[in-house]
Amino acid sequence: MGNPILDTFFEETEELLESLAEGLESMQGAEFDKETVNSVFRAVHSIKGGAGAFKLNELVSFAHSFETVLDEVRSETLELTPQIMHTLIRSADHLTDLVDAARSGRSMPEDVSAGFLSALQACLGEGKIEAVDAWDNFEFAAVTLDIAPIEEPGAEAEGEAAPAGFSIAFKPHAALYANGHEPALLFAALADLGQMTTTVDLSAVPEWDDLNPTEPYLSWTIALRTDESEIAVQEVFEFVHGLCDLVISPLTDPTPPAKAEPVPEAKAAPAPAPQAAAPTAPAGPSATAEAPKAEAPTMSDRAAAAVAALKKPEKGDDAEAKAPKATLRVDLDRVDRLINAVGELIINQAMIAQRLQDMTSTRDDDLVMHIEDYRLLARDIQEGVMAIRAQPVKSLFQRMSRIVREAADATGKMAELVTSGEGTEVDKTVVERLADPLTHMIRNAVDHGLENREARAASGKPAMGTIKLSASHRSGSVIITVRDDGAGLNRPKILEIAKRKNLVAQDAELSDSEIDQLLFMPGFSTAATVSNLSGRGVGLDVVRNAVTALGGRISISTTPGQGTEFTIMLPLTLAVMDGMVVTVGGQTLVVPITSIIETIRPQPSDLHRIGTDETLLSIRGRMIPVVDVSRALGFPSPEITGSPLLLLVESEGLGECALVVDGVQDQRQVVIKSLESNFGSVPGVSAATVLGDGRIALILDPDAVAGGRSGYHMPNILSNAGRTAYANV
Amino acid sequence: MSEENAKSEVEFVTFSAGDQSFSIEITQVREIRRWSPVTALPHAPQEVLGVMNLRGSVIPIYDLAARFGLGQTPENPRNVIVVAMHGGQTVGLLVEAVSEILSVSRDQIQETPDIRSEMARQSITGVIPIEAGMTRVIDLGAVLHQAGRTLQ
Repeated sequence: MGNPILDTFFEETEELLESLAEGLESMQGAEFDKETVNSVFRAVHSIKGGAGAFKLNELVSFAHSFETVLDEVRSETLELTPQIMHTLIRSADHLTDLVDAARSGRSMPEDVSAGFLSALQACLGEGKIEAVDAWDNFEFAAVTLDIAPIEEPGAEAEGEAAPAGFSIAFKPHAALYANGHEPALLFAALADLGQMTTTVDLSAVPEWDDLNPTEPYLSWTIALRTDESEIAVQEVFEFVHGLCDLVISPLTDPTPPAKAEPVPEAKAAPAPAPQAAAPTAPAGPSATAEAPKAEAPTMSDRAAAAVAALKKPEKGDDAEAKAPKATLRVDLDRVDRLINAVGELIINQAMIAQRLQDMTSTRDDDLVMHIEDYRLLARDIQEGVMAIRAQPVKSLFQRMSRIVREAADATGKMAELVTSGEGTEVDKTVVERLADPLTHMIRNAVDHGLENREARAASGKPAMGTIKLSASHRSGSVIITVRDDGAGLNRPKILEIAKRKNLVAQDAELSDSEIDQLLFMPGFSTAATVSNLSGRGVGLDVVRNAVTALGGRISISTTPGQGTEFTIMLPLTLAVMDGMVVTVGGQTLVVPITSIIETIRPQPSDLHRIGTDETLLSIRGRMIPVVDVSRALGFPSPEITGSPLLLLVESEGLGECALVVDGVQDQRQVVIKSLESNFGSVPGVSAATVLGDGRIALILDPDAVAGGRSGYHMPNILSNAGRTAYANV
Repeated sequence: MSEENAKSEVEFVTFSAGDQSFSIEITQVREIRRWSPVTALPHAPQEVLGVMNLRGSVIPIYDLAARFGLGQTPENPRNVIVVAMHGGQTVGLLVEAVSEILSVSRDQIQETPDIRSEMARQSITGVIPIEAGMTRVIDLGAVLHQAGRTLQ
């Protein structure tokens, strides 16, 4: 795509779509404020505006209709029924599709858009949406004013308790319009604060021939009668600061409020502000901050209110916090380069510290202290840099609610998605690569997890099925769970299918958890009928592969009649992982903590020889294969004798197995280094890392090591996928 | 090869491995380092000694003598590692000593005579006569490629 401006538009549109989805979601809740509707409206409006600039007509026309309905909702002329809500949400989905289509240069089938358009039209009843070309008007909305009723100035003066007010001189710059702001909306917001009188100054408008359509010629003088503080007025103009000439001054002929006596003082307080506040916004708070002081001696109700309103610079901060945070778009490569460099810094620091420790004879306390500072700083930098790559899972979760809707529609079930922990931050790559597996799991949950309506009714469950999607941090890992409140796994059926497909022996006796694991076997699909959604031959095995490739694990638990829960455990980042540093055959190796269940030193009587050179460990009534890591890696190794130290690891595909190691040195975070970039893949090893002494230690791939144990070989894709994930770091 | 091209000067770094002289083009050499202990790789062929940490990159170290069937290079603190780049890969070559930088014109490089050892024929692109006999110009790509294949 050659157009960087267009790229930026799509990037921004993505964010807008996100806030649109978010807004719509909170509109579904019991209570939502007007601001939510406004933000939803703004999002659609901005997309429309941007799309118009790029002549993306399809997008513009749909956004226009969408916006029209939203506007009706906003102005409360249209009641937000569940039916309309549904239409709005589906429209947002369609808008997303349209944006995607525009991005890839495709166009959506006409009839799809037409369907959505007519649904929107239906919301409005008697064909209120004007033809699409009405959107042209929006650019000139500054002229076609639709402001609050203009008062006769005199009429108000009679009012006995006429509130105080401000005179506002407002002259927009061209940039204000260019940024998509809209004086009429500002005026509407002002009108909410009180009664206002607007006078437009047309004197600057030139002759038609000299008229430059992009130049602003209009300016307004507004007399606003309000009890609100000046800050409230300034807030209305908050987003157009610097884009207009704005002078806010108290009304010159204020009608004294009836009950407040020391009015002159109270009025005096805001008085100094205007000059300071007028040209530049930041001056405002400081000028007003002084006001309370002057006011202090003559505190009255009125003054106190004024002070209360004025002395809240925090309020301004709040408003700022609500506004989108300033962000920076940075090429990912640059971030990754930084991450690499920081990884080196950490190692370098560890090396220096270790050298220093070795020089015990000349112990320099100062130096030790400095090194400690160095360590802390390096960690700080590392965390900071890692945080750049971290992203909340929110965007991912938002996409899932659409999946639930679509899946529910397709299967004729009712389902809603309940999410929690959307703020949980995960490495960007993890977020990206999790999208497909998660989509699949959500579809599965709706399609297979939830019962159909009759079955739900029969078991006394609400017709609306619930899919719970949650994310959380737990001891250096990210836990993502997908839970449905369906019928739970039908284990006899699973076993039957597995037997029919020859995935297990016909006479196999499997434990419950072993049956659950069958779901992850390649070629397994429980759907009796192949539906449009799942059962496309892409099974949970693919989900598991994807999770494994990210260095994570997936597990399943089910309660008959109450539902099924899938739990994905992922490392926080792909660049660093927690590892156990062990010694094997004189070599130092790192074993990923995520795969280790426990370390044990068994009694010799728990070890049983089988065949010529295989050993089994009996633990808690089960027999687990023992793998001599040293031999598996081709290092010289003595026979297993006595009671070796065993690492009990969970190996995908093979269940648990015990790895023989010589000793455990340490448990620490290690920076993952690719072996493939300069060499190639090495069997049994997923990657390498650099230890504190600068030496390289290999990171063991327990699956591959365990898989190489006997004649049985892991499907290659598993271990390879794991390596690829590391190699990309 | 055009006339001008043939006359153009090329620089080689020459070094000895297994008591023979080898050389690679200087543009491929990144740096020359002291020997430091490596981490052995499982199931690696004999000539792959292991991997080493080069400022954070994991680079494989090849024993050049072993690679050419001249026996393992005996451990010696004076051994050096020639760090070379090839097609985006960074590798280290363990050699006994670096000898000199040789500047020759292209037409001084002779094609490898038709020798019987296929491995040597494929990995050595040519020979350059020098005072003390000759030096063998290594095709780094062939050296790495074959070692990689052995591993598979």
